[in-house]
Amino acid sequence: MTMRARFYEAAAQALERDERVALVLADIGVSQLPRHPRIFNVGIREQLMIGVAAGLALEGYRPVVHSYTPFLVERPYEQVKLDLGHQDVGAVLVSYGASYDASREGRTHQAPEDVALLSALPGWTIHVPGHPDEAEHLFARALETDDRVYIRLSDEQNHARVDGGGLVVLREGEGPFVLAVGPTLGETLAATADLDVSVAYLATVRPFPCEALRASVRGTDVVLVEPYLAGTSSAEISAALSDRPHRLLALGVPNAEFRHYGDPHEHRAAHGLDAAGIRASIERF
Amino acid sequence: MTTLATELGYADLPQLLIRLTGDEKHDSSSLSTLDVLWVLYDRVLAEDDRFLLSKGHGPTAFYAVLAAKGILPLELLDDFGSFGSALGHHPDRVLVPGAEIGSGSLGHGLPIAVGRALAGRRTFVLVGDGELDEGSNWEAVQYAGRVGLDPLTVVVVDNDSSTYHWPGGIEQRFALEGWHAVRVDGRDHDALAAALLDRVERRPRCVVAEVRR
Repeated sequence: MTMRARFYEAAAQALERDERVALVLADIGVSQLPRHPRIFNVGIREQLMIGVAAGLALEGYRPVVHSYTPFLVERPYEQVKLDLGHQDVGAVLVSYGASYDASREGRTHQAPEDVALLSALPGWTIHVPGHPDEAEHLFARALETDDRVYIRLSDEQNHARVDGGGLVVLREGEGPFVLAVGPTLGETLAATADLDVSVAYLATVRPFPCEALRASVRGTDVVLVEPYLAGTSSAEISAALSDRPHRLLALGVPNAEFRHYGDPHEHRAAHGLDAAGIRASIERF
Repeated sequence: MTTLATELGYADLPQLLIRLTGDEKHDSSSLSTLDVLWVLYDRVLAEDDRFLLSKGHGPTAFYAVLAAKGILPLELLDDFGSFGSALGHHPDRVLVPGAEIGSGSLGHGLPIAVGRALAGRRTFVLVGDGELDEGSNWEAVQYAGRVGLDPLTVVVVDNDSSTYHWPGGIEQRFALEGWHAVRVDGRDHDALAAALLDRVERRPRCVVAEVRR
């Protein structure tokens, strides 16, 4: 089951279980969910979608807003900034599509900038789950708070969930400290299987676990593997290690107009985010 | 110590506006909303209602009315716009007692008001005719009309400040989207109160308050 399908199940259950929960949609996702009086579909109106969520939050509801990544984060970005952040209310934004799940749909349906954009606004917790189990757990936790939470669902997923939360060190070695975010873990583990490196996993990138990183990094070299815009968390790592000499290699989706279609695995390879590409980058580093 | 005024009336508003000194640049805009705001707070809003000032430009009239009604401490008026003041040139709901939203960027209040009304709250939102240039408003107007969102009332203060105007009238556009829409004299308190207190089942309401510049 995909993260997206798991989210629809969890959202439908949450609507039944918690009368504060309301779902705000802009057509996308409507057919995957049961009819419910607290599902508000505003049609193809994404600015209104965020504004409605803010109004519901001001009235004490816990709004969950869901759409394709570019239509959830980019199109109504000022609404996210002002209607939620400036009004000082929370919501759970759940996107799907990630950076290039919609590889055949082209640039209009791809949003590798999403985490960088939300990171530029204060107060957001940002989850990048790598497995449907993680997505469901993070969604359930998000409903328990009134925070501003972003959950980034993707069709890419790791073979198994990682338990523990926070920064989880999966194996230790003498070489670089390789930090894989969300669904990049599978390719990262394959890339480093016979390399003497440390590998760690992170699904919650904001707030960034600076102290855990400081405690885990023993050498000078850090490789960051993110499934969205390359370098999105570079500043956090630099800040965490600011009093130590260190080198950082930040892998991710390049900041470029990428005019290709095809399958997601072709995009992954083109961006150097498949096992071969990650390994080549680490070896050059 | 805060001083709450509870005895002030419409005639006292000019002196409160004078207290709001500083470099406020939106006087005419501010005054265009004065009568609508007074009627809302004096005659229309019930305790459980919500009022959202979407047109955050020129908020001195809003601050003066809140102060006259004892919602805002009078001494806050004296350092309007200063670094440590709660009262900026656009209101911030976190800082201003009685402000239900922070506004300034146009076209945000009406969509938020739709959310509050969907929660069942009787909600009034004030927008300007120039503000209606922003497309985000029309997402809200279309949706609220089609779902018959009757807890919602929009007051459009129309001082013909939209660059390309609204040929045929603003109210026609709301009516086309299923709203109960009327135009009244924005200085006529009785007409404003009657229009704002009118209620139509299963239709949101639009009151265009015409104010000459």
